[in-house]
Amino acid sequence: MRIAVIGAGPAGLYLAILMKKADSHHEVVVVERNAPDATYGWGVVFSEETLGALRDADDASYADIEVSFTKWGSIDIVLDGRTVRSRGHVFAAIARKRLLALLQRRASDLGVELRFLEELDDLSALEAYDLLVGADGANSTVRGRFADAFEPRLQEYESRYVWFGTDLVFDAFTFVFRPTEHGMFQAHAYPFDASLSTVIVECNEATWRRAGLDGADEDATLAFCEELFRPELRDHRLLSNRSNWGAFVQVSNRVWHHGNVVLLGDAAHTAHFTIGSGTKLAMEDAVALAAALGRTGELETALTEYELERQPVVERFQVAARLSADYFEHAIRYAGFHPVQFAFNLLTRSGRITHGNLALRDAAVVQRLDAWFAEASPDCAESALRLAPPPLFAPLELGGITLLNRIVLVPGGRDDAEAGMPGEDDRTRFDHAARAGAGLVLTEPVAVSADGRITPGCLGLYRDEHVEAWRSIVEAVHRTPGARIGVQLGHAGRRGATRPRTSGVDLPLTVGGWPLVSASQIPYTSSARRPAEITVEEMARVRGDFAAAARRAVEAGFDLLELNLAHGYLPASFLSRLTNARADDYGGTFENRLRFPLELIESVRETWSRERPFAAKFTAADLLSGGVTEAEAVEIASALAEHGCALLEPVAGQTTASARPRFGPGFLTPLADLVRSSSGIPVVVGGYLTTVDQANTILGAGRADLCVLTLAL
Amino acid sequence: MRLGIGLPTTTPAASGELVLEWARRAETRPFSSLGVLDRLVYDSYDPLVALAAAAGVTSRVRLATMVVVGPLRNHAVLAKQAASLDALSGSRLTLGLAVGARVEDYVAAGIESRGRGRRFDEQLAYLRTYRDTTAIGPHAPGPELLVGGLSDEAFTRVARYADGYVHGGGPPRAFARAAASVRAAWSDLGRRGEPALWGQAYFALGRSDAGAAYLRDYYAFTGPFAEKVAAANLTSPAAIRDLVRGYEEEGCDELVLLPTVSDLEQLDRLADAIG
Repeated sequence: MRIAVIGAGPAGLYLAILMKKADSHHEVVVVERNAPDATYGWGVVFSEETLGALRDADDASYADIEVSFTKWGSIDIVLDGRTVRSRGHVFAAIARKRLLALLQRRASDLGVELRFLEELDDLSALEAYDLLVGADGANSTVRGRFADAFEPRLQEYESRYVWFGTDLVFDAFTFVFRPTEHGMFQAHAYPFDASLSTVIVECNEATWRRAGLDGADEDATLAFCEELFRPELRDHRLLSNRSNWGAFVQVSNRVWHHGNVVLLGDAAHTAHFTIGSGTKLAMEDAVALAAALGRTGELETALTEYELERQPVVERFQVAARLSADYFEHAIRYAGFHPVQFAFNLLTRSGRITHGNLALRDAAVVQRLDAWFAEASPDCAESALRLAPPPLFAPLELGGITLLNRIVLVPGGRDDAEAGMPGEDDRTRFDHAARAGAGLVLTEPVAVSADGRITPGCLGLYRDEHVEAWRSIVEAVHRTPGARIGVQLGHAGRRGATRPRTSGVDLPLTVGGWPLVSASQIPYTSSARRPAEITVEEMARVRGDFAAAARRAVEAGFDLLELNLAHGYLPASFLSRLTNARADDYGGTFENRLRFPLELIESVRETWSRERPFAAKFTAADLLSGGVTEAEAVEIASALAEHGCALLEPVAGQTTASARPRFGPGFLTPLADLVRSSSGIPVVVGGYLTTVDQANTILGAGRADLCVLTLAL
Repeated sequence: MRLGIGLPTTTPAASGELVLEWARRAETRPFSSLGVLDRLVYDSYDPLVALAAAAGVTSRVRLATMVVVGPLRNHAVLAKQAASLDALSGSRLTLGLAVGARVEDYVAAGIESRGRGRRFDEQLAYLRTYRDTTAIGPHAPGPELLVGGLSDEAFTRVARYADGYVHGGGPPRAFARAAASVRAAWSDLGRRGEPALWGQAYFALGRSDAGAAYLRDYYAFTGPFAEKVAAANLTSPAAIRDLVRGYEEEGCDELVLLPTVSDLEQLDRLADAIG
C-alpha cells in the first residue's frame, strides 16, 4: 500500500510508524511544511489509558517516550491563594518537541520517508497514493480541499487564551483562579520535563477587553500574565513562543473520510484544551486507523470502521470539553464558594468525574467535601477528620423547617381523581415516596380551582372537603420520621381541559371541557381550544383562589408550598413575550409581565404560614427566540427572592408546545447552577436525575441544594 | 425483552409469495412481531398493505411499522387504515410513525416537505382524538402508537402524543442515549407510567456481501452514512447475541431484527441464533 501522510504532528507520525511496522512493504511518506524541529506549544498531556494504548500499539516508541515522561498524580486548585489538592489522578506529560523527535526517529528507523519544509498547495501531486491522510492540524489544508465531502463545522469559543512556558516546575496539574477588578483570570499549569512547565492563561472575552488585552502585543501580554500570577510563579519567568491571545476553535466534521482521503487528529476534530485531550485523541485516532487498515484490505471498509469507532468517542470528549470550557468561562460565579466546594465543582465540571468516582481516586478530598457540606463548617482543614454522609443525605434548613436529606420525590398520580379529591391511591403513593427516603415529598401541580385543572382527573385544593383528604396524606407522610411534604399549587390556564395523561399530554377534551383563560388568546397547540384573555377581574378571582388554596394547605398541614409559575400554565403565560401579548399593565415590559406572578405570590403569602417555606417553580428558559432569556431568568429569580421565596425551581421549555429542551439526564442542571449562583437562594433541580451519584455530584459542586430524583417507586 | 423479525418488504427481489411465507413461518418461530419499513420511491411494498397481508396468514405475532412516514399520508386516511388493520388483525398493530428523512418521497407524493414537522404534530394529535371528533370508524381503541427519530422534537412528540419510542438502529450505547432522552422528556411532560421502547438492527447470516450491498443501496440517500449502516450489519450469531444482550441491558422492550437478504433461510438462521 502507498500511503501519503500530510502533517508530521504526533498523529501523522504515529500512523506512519504503525503502518510501516505492520507491513514493511507499505510505502509511507510524511510531508510536512515546517522544519523537523519547529514546534509551537510546550508540553502535551496523556492520561493513564492512553499510555496503555500507546504501549500496546508500539512498544519500541513507547519505551522511548516513557523515559521522557514527567508523571504526577495531583491536581492543585488555587483560589485566592488557598490551595486544595486532589490526589489519585494519573497524568504524564512530555515536551511536544521531544515527542516529535522520538517519533521522527522511530519513523525513520522503520523506513518511513519524512519530507520536511514541503509546502503542498496542490494535493494532486499525491494522487498516485492509495491512501491520503490529512493529519495537518486544526487548519487542515486537506480538509479544506474536500470540504464539500467532510462538511467541517468550526465553532469559535468566546474565551481568550495564551500559551506560555515557564522554568518553574509545578508538582501538580495546577489551576490558579485570580479574581480581578476586570473579572476572573485562570492559569492552567503543568510540568512536562525536568526544567519546564506549560502555563495557559485564560479569561472570558469581556474580562479580556476590560483588562485592555485586546490591544496587547506579545511582550505586553507576557508582562501582564507574569505580574498577575507572580505568587504562583514564585518569581519565575514566563517564556514566550509566539505567545499571543487566541480564541479556541472547535473543529468537527460530519464525515471523516472521502474516497481514499481520511482525516486524523486535529484535522478531524478538536476538543477545548481545558480537558487536555488533543494529542491523546490524535494518537488514539492513529492507533484505530492502523488497526482498521490491518483488519481488512478493503480500504472503504477500513476507513468506515475507523470512523465508526472514533467518531462517537470524540463526540463524547467534545461534549465534555464544551462543558469544561463553559465552566471556565463562568468561573467568576463560583468565586465566593468555599475552596473545597470550589475544587469539587472544578473537578466535576465536564461530567467525567463524579462524586462516586472521585471518591475512588481520592477518598480524602471527598471526605473533606462531605464533612464541609454536612456541617457547612468553615474549617475543613485536611487534618481535621470528620466522617459525614455524602451530600444527598445531608440535612437542609429551609425557611423554618429541616429537611432530613436533599432528596425530593414527586410521585406521579393516575389522573383519575373525582372533582379534585385525593383518594386512597394518592395517599399510598405519597406515603411510599416518604418511605422510599425522600426528605421532601412534593405533589405535582394541584389545582386552585376546578377550571385550573390540567385534566378532569387532577387533584385540587379548591374545596374545603379537599382539606381532610390532604390532611390524611400529610399525616401518612409524617409517620415516616422526619419526612416532609410540600404542595405545588397551580392553575393550568390554556393547558387546561385536556385528557388524562395516560395516552398523551395537551390532548384537548372533546366532552366535559371548560373555558380556558391565559394571558393572551393564543392556543397552546394547533388542536387546542383558544383561551380567552383573562380580565383583571378574573385575575383577582384567581388570586383569591390561590390564597384560599394556600389557607387550605396550611389547614391540611403541608410543610412547604410551591407556587407553579412554569410550563406555560396560567401564571407562566404572563412571564414570556411568546405567550403574553397584553396591552395593559400586565403585558409588554419585563416589569409588567412579572406583575401578575408577583401579585400571586403576595396573595399566597397572606394566607400561607410565615413559619413554613414558600417556594416557586418558574420557567428560566423558553428555549425559543423571543422567549425568556438567561438574563431575564436571573432577574426573575432575584424578584422571586425579594418576594420571600425560600426555594427556587428553575425549569425549561413547555412555555409553548414547540420549545425543545435538550432532553437527557441532568438537562436542567445548568439552569439551576445559573439561578443558584446569581440569586444566592437555595435551588431544587430535576431534569431526569436517576442516580444517587448524579445528585451527590450536583449538590457537592454547589449547582443545586435539592434534587428531584426520578425513580420507579 | 421480546424479539421480533422484519418482513422482507424492502429487500431486493422479495416476491409476494416470499413475504407471506416469511410471515407464516415467523408465526411458528420464537418471534414476537413482524416489523416493516416505509419507502415510497423504492422497490418495496407499502408497509400497511404488507402488514394487512401478513395479518391474513398469522394470528399471534404483533404487526409493527418501524416506521411509517406519517406526514406523507392524509391524517384521516391513515387513521382509518391503521384502525382497520388493528381491528382486522385482532388488535395486533403497533403503529410506529416518524417524519421521514427523504425529500424525494414527499415530492413523489405531491406533498410539501416544508412544515412536515408541524403537520406531524397535528397528525399525532389527530390520531389521538379523531375518534371523539369525527365519525371515522372502526370504533375500537386503535393501535399502540410509537414515534421514531433522534431529535429533541422527536423525544417531545413521544412524550406528548405516543405510547413509546422506536429507535432507528445502532449500537446499544446509541439506543441507551436515545432512551434516556425519551425517558427525560416523558417525565418532564408529566406522563404517567413508562414509555415502550423498541429497537431495531439489520442482519444477514452467512450472506454478508448481499446484505451490505442492499444496505448501501437502501441508505444511499444518506451519503457516506450508508457505509456505516452496512458496516453495522450483524453477520454472525455471536454478533446478534451480543447486540440482543446489549439492548436488553439498556431496557429495550422489543428488538426487531430486520433482514437484508430476501431468503427464507435467513429467518431460520436467525431463529436458531437466538434460540
